Amino acid sequence: MAELDVELVAADRRVWSGKAGMVVARTTSGDMGIMPNHQPVLAVLQTGPVTIRTTGESGKGTVIAAVHGGFLSYSDGKLSLLAEIAELADEIDVERAERALEKAKADTDAHAERRAHVRLAAAARTN
Amino acid sequence: MGAQLRVYKRRIKSVTATKKITKAMEMIAASRIIKAQRKVDASTPYADELTGAVTAVAYSASDVKHPLTTEVERPVRAALLLITSDRGLAGGYSSNAIKASESLTAKLVAEGKQVDHYVVGRKGVSYYTFRERPLQESWTGFTDSPEYSDAKAIAAPLIAAIERETADGGVDELHIVFTEFRSMMTQTPVERRMLPLTLSRTAEDSAAVFAKGASVHALYEFEPGAEQVLDALLPRYVESRIYNALLQSAASEHAARRRAMKSATDNAEDLIKSLTRLANAARQADITQEISEIVGGASALADATAGSDR
Repeated sequence: MAELDVELVAADRRVWSGKAGMVVARTTSGDMGIMPNHQPVLAVLQTGPVTIRTTGESGKGTVIAAVHGGFLSYSDGKLSLLAEIAELADEIDVERAERALEKAKADTDAHAERRAHVRLAAAARTN
Repeated sequence: MGAQLRVYKRRIKSVTATKKITKAMEMIAASRIIKAQRKVDASTPYADELTGAVTAVAYSASDVKHPLTTEVERPVRAALLLITSDRGLAGGYSSNAIKASESLTAKLVAEGKQVDHYVVGRKGVSYYTFRERPLQESWTGFTDSPEYSDAKAIAAPLIAAIERETADGGVDELHIVFTEFRSMMTQTPVERRMLPLTLSRTAEDSAAVFAKGASVHALYEFEPGAEQVLDALLPRYVESRIYNALLQSAASEHAARRRAMKSATDNAEDLIKSLTRLANAARQADITQEISEIVGGASALADATAGSDR
């Protein structure tokens, strides 16, 4: 079976890389699933979760990450997810995210609130 | 103790104290180079992927006009971002970068462009303010370990300036001068034109792109649209280039400081050695003098006693 070479990269580090059967990410116009042999695509990502269904040498499983803005580009079996900030679900500090959520609610900062929500949602799906 | 000897002792003590300081600074700088280098390496995948994406858009959507990619026919104003350090004691690090930016400024002015200066680092800022030359904007306080948010803060006004109409004080070009970290021993100030986009920085890059053929890129689908993707992509690209420049400059700064402090330590060692020699000679001279004084005194005394016996 064909596989995707996935790279999830944040501005200051490589967050995750490996093989996957499918990747679902949230673009500005809705969720988009990429499977092997997809048409080459370049999409703008929204703050949202990214789900990577791993296969092959990475083992069968699911990797979930919270991504804050960025891009998705796919061509020739290679999928790159670029984000200024990206965190794997198991790296997310739930308490901190909750604190951030409360603070964002208090400051009525819609942007920060959304970020905190995405973090919490991503963390909740793995735990 | 002789006066001369005391002066030497005092100087040796002060040089030893200075040597301790420079030695400590050298070791701190050396450990920070490694950290800075690691940060440069960690930021490379993002920069590479981003460059790949930008190249893809530019090739497959070449009909899309965007202020960040189109070359102006007669550029009248250029922005120049200069990266220096906040602290001194780094040898010629800051002054070399400033020199490079000055020669680039001269070149741009000769081409008939007006140059707007943007400066990072206290050393660069004080260079301009001392000469009472205008600065568009400046940033200080993070040059030894820059974060991505710093790069964002720097990129924002630059992108705003390039998107403004030239008549309203906007700029047509964006240049950056920073110190490239080649190795522990070599760091060179370099100048790069960031915007309008020069797609392939090196001949090899463009050769690789041509070998693949433009048709490979032409198949891209853009979500939501080529223009929107470009709108979102290019600011990120500028930020990441600035971030990379900041990180390289930070690594270069530490390397330059380490080298400067190493030679300062070596000089202090030499100085201590020669001062010790001088102090030894002075001490010996004191002893010799004392002995001859004693001998002289004793023989005078002997002469005096011998005279009184008679």
